[in-house]
This record gives sequence, structure tokens and C-alpha cells, in this order.
Amino acid sequence: MLDKTKDPVAERDFKVVGTRPVRPDGVDKVTGRARFGADISAPGMLVGKVKRSPHAHAKLVSIDTEKALALPGVKAVVTRDDFAENKKQCDVLRNIMAREKVLYDGHAVAAVAATSATVARKALKLIEVEYDVLPHVIDVDEAMKPGAPLLHDDMITKGVDPEPETASNIAQRYEFGHGDVEKGFAEADVVVERDFKTAAAHQGYIEPHACLASFTPDGQGELWCCTQGHYAIRGFCADLLGMDISKLRVTASEIGGGFGGKTTVFLEPLALALSRKTGRPVKMVMSREEVFRASGPTASTSSRVKVGATKDGKITAGEAEFRYQGGAFKGSPVQFGAMCAFACYALENVKTVGYDVVTNRPKQAAYRAPGAPMAAFAVESVIEELAVELSIDPVELRLINAAEEGDQSSFGPTFPRIGLVETLEATKAHEHFSAPLGPNQGRGIASGYWFNFGGATSVSLNIQPDGTVALAVGTPDIGGSRASMSLMAAEELGIAYEKVKAIVADTASLGYNEVSHGSRVTFASGLATIEAARNAKKILCARAAKMWEIPEEAVEWVDGHARPAGANAGDFEPMSLADIAKVAEQTGGPISGHQEHNASGAGASFATHMVDVEVDPETGRAHVVRYTAVQDAGKAIHPSYVEGQFQGGAAQGVGWALNEEYIYNDDGRLENPGFLDYRIPVCSDLPMLDTVIVEVPNPGHPYGVRGVGETGIVPPMAAIANAVSAAAGVRMTELPMSPPKLLKAINAKKANGSA
Amino acid sequence: MQYEAPQTLDAAVALLADARGAARVLAGGTDLLVQLRSGAIEPDLVVDIKRIDELKKITAEDGGYRIGAAVSGAELGEHEGVRALWPGVVEATELIGSTQVQGRATMAGNLCNASPAADSVPAMVAADATARIVGPDGVRDTSVRDVATGPGQTSLGRGEIVVSIFLPARPARSGDAYLRFIPRTEMDIAVVGAAVSVSLDDEGTCVAARVSLGAVAARVLLVDEGARVLIGTKLDDDALQALAAAASAACSPINDKRGTIEFRTDVAGVLARRAAQTAFERAKG
Amino acid sequence: MSQIHVSTTLNGDPVEYLCEPDETLLDVLRDRLGLTGSKEGCGSGDCGACSVTVDGRLVCSCLVLGAEAQDREIETIEGVAQGENLHPLQQKILDHAALQCGVCTPGFIVAAKALLERNPDPSETEVRYWLAGNLCRCTGYDKIVRAVMDAAQEMRGA
Repeated sequence: MLDKTKDPVAERDFKVVGTRPVRPDGVDKVTGRARFGADISAPGMLVGKVKRSPHAHAKLVSIDTEKALALPGVKAVVTRDDFAENKKQCDVLRNIMAREKVLYDGHAVAAVAATSATVARKALKLIEVEYDVLPHVIDVDEAMKPGAPLLHDDMITKGVDPEPETASNIAQRYEFGHGDVEKGFAEADVVVERDFKTAAAHQGYIEPHACLASFTPDGQGELWCCTQGHYAIRGFCADLLGMDISKLRVTASEIGGGFGGKTTVFLEPLALALSRKTGRPVKMVMSREEVFRASGPTASTSSRVKVGATKDGKITAGEAEFRYQGGAFKGSPVQFGAMCAFACYALENVKTVGYDVVTNRPKQAAYRAPGAPMAAFAVESVIEELAVELSIDPVELRLINAAEEGDQSSFGPTFPRIGLVETLEATKAHEHFSAPLGPNQGRGIASGYWFNFGGATSVSLNIQPDGTVALAVGTPDIGGSRASMSLMAAEELGIAYEKVKAIVADTASLGYNEVSHGSRVTFASGLATIEAARNAKKILCARAAKMWEIPEEAVEWVDGHARPAGANAGDFEPMSLADIAKVAEQTGGPISGHQEHNASGAGASFATHMVDVEVDPETGRAHVVRYTAVQDAGKAIHPSYVEGQFQGGAAQGVGWALNEEYIYNDDGRLENPGFLDYRIPVCSDLPMLDTVIVEVPNPGHPYGVRGVGETGIVPPMAAIANAVSAAAGVRMTELPMSPPKLLKAINAKKANGSA
Repeated sequence: MQYEAPQTLDAAVALLADARGAARVLAGGTDLLVQLRSGAIEPDLVVDIKRIDELKKITAEDGGYRIGAAVSGAELGEHEGVRALWPGVVEATELIGSTQVQGRATMAGNLCNASPAADSVPAMVAADATARIVGPDGVRDTSVRDVATGPGQTSLGRGEIVVSIFLPARPARSGDAYLRFIPRTEMDIAVVGAAVSVSLDDEGTCVAARVSLGAVAARVLLVDEGARVLIGTKLDDDALQALAAAASAACSPINDKRGTIEFRTDVAGVLARRAAQTAFERAKG
Repeated sequence: MSQIHVSTTLNGDPVEYLCEPDETLLDVLRDRLGLTGSKEGCGSGDCGACSVTVDGRLVCSCLVLGAEAQDREIETIEGVAQGENLHPLQQKILDHAALQCGVCTPGFIVAAKALLERNPDPSETEVRYWLAGNLCRCTGYDKIVRAVMDAAQEMRGA
């Protein structure tokens, strides 16, 4: 599977990378010591709470805080009047605190700081808000219709030529592709065309948003919060509060899950504003209801996909239109959906169009491979139907058309070395592929693609006098990255894993670090860690050269030791990292390695998932009975945490496929803002989740690393839909495939005589 | 809010009867605390009944069992006697919430919360269970069917507490079962619940039956027609089909976030049929 | 609204505190006693992140009033390890990499410990249903279930 002649990095013999040690933050997390967002307090701390709109869409006529402020224990209230207009962060500003209008159920209209939670809750009730209720729109297709209630009367669709003259709820149109799809469809023997819908799903992290803000009268601020990107939070907050970036220090707490949902601000600017107003620290924690109503779920979508192929399985054309609503502000991930839709296939003729639409729902936030899973659900369902029509095995059909190195991607660039074919081959070779199915069971397969981001990264690696290493990274650890960073540092320096201690540093300690998103951490912070270690090695070699009184170039670093090389080889005893560190003070002072860069060379990851589902034909209940996730990791630094990413993606996909959805009532209020009725998979819902790590090295990373965090949620919904459809004998095109929907489809088929 | 944990029933009744504002009884608290935390209720008084010894007990009585109002689902599940006599009631109670919720939730609380979707209630109705109620005017026994009068509404008067549930004796060759439909395998509220209790003669013919449905009407239903079509049969396919039809016909559900009218009506029949089969197998022993 | 004085036993030690009548045991543990290992993920008994035992019975501390703890014995995640010795469940969770973010981990450990004290040899299905009230969004439960089974085996001395 792994062609070593083609990939020089694959020949490398790793010593530490690829092992499975205990993570550095592990003991804290199994003993309850680890401090998450809500786990910290400060002397004199106040409790902050948010008053939220009960209306989906209304003019915000007035806010009267007088009675709330009169309540003993209430120290401050902030509203729209406490935040200056900000052209640059226009939407972020309006999302954290409503201005002219409230745009969704749960939209913040005021925040209060009080001496206790009880007082704060009472104060919220005393804040009087006058609304002028407006018609609302929740569904993406409804929102696109002429005459739909308008959220923003200045929203002129971008990406359309000529520019429309009137406002609509369509923020932007995107188009990708190449070739001539009409010609391609004319060449096809079989064409399948279908409409699809997916419901909005929430990231569902178990830890609600939480922060502790402290703002002193000299204009300095400190913020502790659970976030995937404390540098980004600092930027948003400094901008919204009109303060210097350097005067706000943000510390990322341990983070209890994010999956993209903790990449922006919600409470943080409010807590800082309340702290500024009161001169006291303010802690704010969302309730679970607030998380559902007012943080960012992902988009709900509507789409149409058309694929044509010849009798021998060659796809001649692929075409799709995607409509994603991303809540009350522009920025749904439809662009990524339209880009990833056909990324698995080498197509001569392909065209995708995407519409970014606003509705009266909370502003979407990134969710694991944002936009791609919904597109893959649609396209991979059609590919499955095509396979059935053509009587070609679905894996074979994918292999016939699979994108490989040198193929032009459906979104433009030419692929470098990629591993889709290897995941398909590994799927076929897996025992699961040919295992027998029981009654009412069906098997589904789907592939998926997601990008890998690089971006701004800064890492500092300090060599301590005792030969241990302190590694400071600026990307919050959302899934074990401190372990993988430590492994890479140890590998590069030639020392034991236990000698490295990685931490996530605050915003004052390192240069800017891009958010922990885009599956970038192990790739980009890892790359910077390796470079920082290499820079440290240069200094270590220089110090040895100084002691040996030979030129720096005459020293090399081998197996954790400085060694005289070239003409001086063998002249001196090699010195270990610890030997050099011990005398660093005498040879020039502390030894550190740094790396600051915009990481490039990120390697995309493909996955193929295979799932068996059993359907109860009398109740429409679908149950996953077997699951195998195969994905290209490039190089698995800590294989257990790579497997964990595959398994987590699959499990979230099961939820999205079968039961998770935002349910709104006729008034535009969210009906299921809790874990009772927003049904994420529980332990007894799932079987063991088998994984196969394929390693096709990424040529852009010294160890071959590809980002693995997100791709795992791209194939599951299509794989499960294909399995459910096979088991129930009906093609399911809407997510979630909840029991009432599935039973209705089964009964409709029965009523039509098994046609 | 005032919290009281009296040690006698008299004290509890007096506290509730004398309360000036809204008063609530706290048994397991798995519904009450959720309502309290969400601000859905703002009681002036909460009376915790878990310190009253007699309400913590399961006692054998007239061949049946009296289950105190403060007995948790976990404690009920550990009682071999009740398990053997009314396995359907025990399994229904054990379906309420998670292991953690089982550590607290009670049958009496499930009954008094008056949700049409309460899991233990259809099983209690099928068992023809009786609730013992103590109040300022003394003690009264009433059918569990008559406790909940609508969603969140009960027939309890001011100061009255359900102190125990009585599960009666039953003839040999009897069995009961409860099934519910939920989208996941655990942690959901029933979309439909169905309980069936049957007694057989020596030939294996059904001589008595009770069929009850949850989450398909404003109150838990007792489906007399469902029982009628089972009696005199050996629960053959025709009888089971007739039961399913009777169950579906008895439904008057609503569309909500958990299910549709159509779905609930359909699945009520399916579950009644399946629960009857299990009850029948148990009765045969 | 006056506060209630409560005397109880917490992880084996006598503890006294004052709490509001409507304050939950979880609030008391976190905000008054500084034990933040129990987490509030939902506040409605649906996620299990606040799992503790009261008189040996597994419960969600968000569904218990602080006032109810009078004369009870409360065990939390902070009482699971003995000194510097981790409980086998804690060690196996680490060895199996059965955590990603780790916010649900304390609740899983407390719940699994309660299971193994009752049933030292649970089947995979029994583990899964016992832990169905503990939500994990990161792992898909696979490694957690394996860790619990492995810990059970070790504790049985097998």
C-alpha cells in the first residue's frame, strides 16, 4: 500500500513517532485536576449572565435596565450602547449583542454582572425589552424565495454578474469546476439526479462556553476561556472593546470539545465589558440551553446532484447546486461544500454552484470539515445509486474514477500525492467488506475529502539545564496534540518522550498562532516544533563546537548527540543534549529553538467508511451494527489519537445521519435546546468503531503528516444513508433519517406494492 | 424557596397543607430539579420525603407489594420479589433515564409528574396498581389511572402526597411486559409506550388481560378493546393483529418534536403486539 | 431566603457548608468546596459529567440539592485515586488513550467505578448500557469501553 520508492520520507526509521505514550495532560484529566473554562475563579469575582431574545426576528425598540440596576447585588448591565460600531467586525459585533434587530431566538440583548448567580438571574427578569416582532424565515429554500422576510435590507448577493439591484437573503454565489458538463451528460449511458436535505447539527461539545475576564482601570485585560484559538479571541475582543492587542492577555483553558464551535467569541467580549464597567473580575458560563440557542451549529442544507456515467463506470460529468443557510449572518460553509463535493473524483466535466443564505437562526460556526459532509452525503448517495444502476461494486466504481496525484481537482488545483485509492484498496481488503449481513441489514460505503490548513504558527522550545525540554505551542490542545508535539520534538532531538513537556502558552508568550482548526495542529504546529528543534540543534552543535574549539560546520547532530564530523570525526567524545545543557551557562547562556512561520505544504486527507445498519421495518429505527473507518493519516504521530479522531468523526456522523437536528416551532423558537431531545449518540447506540490508518506520506511535511481531525466526519452520513437504503429498500435523501421519516418511506413503498 | 426534610409523614403533610405559596414534593427530584433549574417552576416550599422511613420501604402485602414513594428505580430493580411478580413494571421503571437517574427516580414521582410519556405508568396501569394518598383529610387509595388528569396535572388535593404504590397479587401463569419506542437505545423520552399484562389458564388460553399505552394521548390509556381481543385466545397471529389494530385505534396523539401522529399510531400497534408476546411467554413460564 | 447548614462526608472526610435551598450539590462541590472535577455539561441529568455517588449510589450531582447531602457519604472524582496511586480505571483510560478533550472523563470514571463495584465482570453490552447516561462527543466510546473492560479484568486479577 505504501510505495516507499516514491516517498523518501516513508523510508525514515522513526524511534519515538508512531508510539503510543500517555499524554502529558492525562493524569490531570483522570483525577479531576485539569482546569477547564468554568473551573477557575478570582477574588472578588462577579457572575455574568445574558438576557436573550425570545423572538426569531424583531426590531429592538428599547432596553430599560433601570430596575435591574436597582436590585441589590447588581453591579453593571451592558447592552448595545456599550459597544461602539465596528465596521471591520460588523457581524461579530451584532452577533454577540443585538443592535438594530434581534435575528434569532436566543440572540443576546443585554448582559448583567452581579454578586451571585441568583441575583444575576433575577436581574435578567427585571431588564425590560421592547420588541417589534417581524416575520421570520427558518428554511433555506424559503429564505431564497422572492418576498421572503429580509434579515438585512442591504444584503446584495455577491458573485453574481450583473450585481442584483435588490436585497435578498442570499449573501453570495460560488461556482467551481471545469470542462463542459452538458457535453459530459450527453456522453453518459446512465444519469442519476436527486434532491437532498440535511438538518442543522450542533458540534455538541460537552463543555459549555465559559470565560473569566478581568479588566483593570489602566486599560489592561486578562481573559481565561475555553477556545480553539486564544489569539483569535484576543483579536476579536481587543477590536470590539477598542483596546491595544498587547494589553489583553488571553490564556486558553483546557477545552472540553470544540469541533470548530469554539473558534469565535460569544461571551468573552461581554465579560470583558462587564469587568471594565465594574472594575471586578467577571465569570460567565453558558447553560446547555444557551449553547444550543446561541452558539454556532452548522448549516442546514438543500441540494441537487446530477452524475452521469458510461456503462463501464466512467463518470462523464458531475453537477451540483448547494444551498446552505448559515444563520443570521453571511458565512455559511457552502463554498467548502461546493469545493469538496466531487473532490474524490478525477472528472473531465464538473460544475458546482453554492449559495450562502441567511435565516433567523444562530450564526453558524465551523463544524468539523465545515460544509463538506453535507455535500458528500448528496454526492456519495448518487454515486451509490449509480453503482446499483450500473451493477458495479461501489468500491470499484470509486476506484475507476478516483482522484490521484496529478489529477486536476474539481475545485481547481492539481493534486499532489494523495491517498484515496489506498483507502479504497484497504476497504476492499478488510474482512468487514465481505462479512455476511443479517436480516434487515444493509451495508453502505462512502468516501470523503477534506483540506488541511497551514497558516500562522509560532513555537518556542526551551532546553533546560537538566536536559529536559519545555515546549510552548500556541494551538489549544483539542485532542491530544501536546502528546504528538512532544513526540515530534523528542524524535527530532533524539531524546526520550518523557524528557519533553509541552504546554499551550498564553497570547503574550508566543507570536500569533492561527486557531486549532482545519486539521492543522499536528501538521502546522508540528512542523514548527520540528523546525524549532532543528534550530535548537544548530545551537547545541555550535556550543559543542565552541567547547571542542572546532568550526560549527564540523559538528553534526546524530541520535541525540553532538558529534564531531568530517575531518574532526572521532576526535571528541559525542556530547548528549543533557551534557551540553548542563554547561550552557558557561558556553553562551540558555539554549532555545524557535520557529515562526506561515506553514505551507499541508496535505489533504481522504477517507472511506464502511458501515452495516439494521433497520426495524415496523418502527423505522436504524441501528449501526458494524463500522470501519479507513483514512489516510500521512504519518500517524500518536496512532491512538489518530484512531480517536477517526472514531469521533464516525460517531458524530452517526448522530447527524440518524437523529440530530435543530427543530423549530412555527414561531421560530428552537424546540430542542438540550441533550434530551438533541440526540447525540450514547454509548449503547454504537458498536466498536474499527479503524484502519493508511499512511501515504504528505510530501509537504518532514514526517509525512496529514491533518486527520476533520475528514472522518465527511463520509459517515452518506455511508449510513447507503446502508439504511440497502437495508430498508428505500432511498433516503433527507437527514436525519429519523424513525418517523424512515417508517413513512417504508410504508409508502409497501403501499405502492413493492414497486 | 424553603427546603424541608421532615422525618414523619404527618410533618410532611402539615408542611404542605400549611404552605402559603406553591409547594412541591421532592422524591427522586429528577424532574423537579430540572424544572427548578430551568425556571419553569418557582416553588416557595420543597418538601423532601426521603427522610421518612416508611416511604423508603418495599413491603409484601396480601400477596403483592407496596412500594414506598421514595424508593428509587435502582432499589426497585434490586428487589427480587417485585421482579419476579411484576417484571414488566420493574423493567418499565428501570427504563426511566440513565443509571444516574435510576439512582434517584421513583415510580411515585414518575406518576405525579403526570407526563403522558412516563415509562412506569402504562406498566402500573396494566398491573392495575393502586396509589395510596395521604393528606390533611387522611388516607385514600385510588387507581393509578386516576392520579394524572392531563399533562402536568394531577387529581391530588392540597397537602396530599402519594406515599406508596401497591402492586397487587396475581394468579399463577401470569406475565407482564412493557416496551417503549425511542430513537436511541437509551436516554430518550418515550415516543410511544405499551404495557400488557395477561393471565392464562392451564391450557395456556388468555383469561385476563390489561393493555395500556403511553405517549399517545393526553393521559396514559387503558385499552379495553385490546384486552378483549386477547381474552379467550392463545395470542395467535390473528389475536395479535387484532390487538395491534385496537391499540392503534385507541390512539389520539399529537405531532411534536418527538414523533408524528401517524408514527405514534402505527408504532403503538407494533409495540402492543410485541409486549403481548413477551407477557405471554412470561406467563407460560 | 436563608442558607442551610449541611454536615456531610465527602471523599471520606467530614465537611460542613452553607448553601442556598435551591443550590445543587454540583454547585456546592464546584463553587463552595472548590472541587471542580465534577463538570456541568447540561444541568438536566442528560450528560453524566457531574456523576458522583451518594451513599454508594451513582447519581447526577446536578439533580441533587446541596441540602440533601446532610449526613450522607459523597464520593467524587477527587476521591478516586489513593494518594499517588491511580485507580485501575484511571490508569486504563490513560493507557487506552480513552479521552480526547477529557471533560467527560471524571464522570465516566465515577460511573464505571460504580459499575465495577457491583459487577466485576460486565459484558460489553452491560458496560455500554450502564454508561449510556455519560455523554462523550470526542471518542465514539470505543476506547472508553475497552478501557473499562480492561480495568475490570485487571481488578479481577485475571
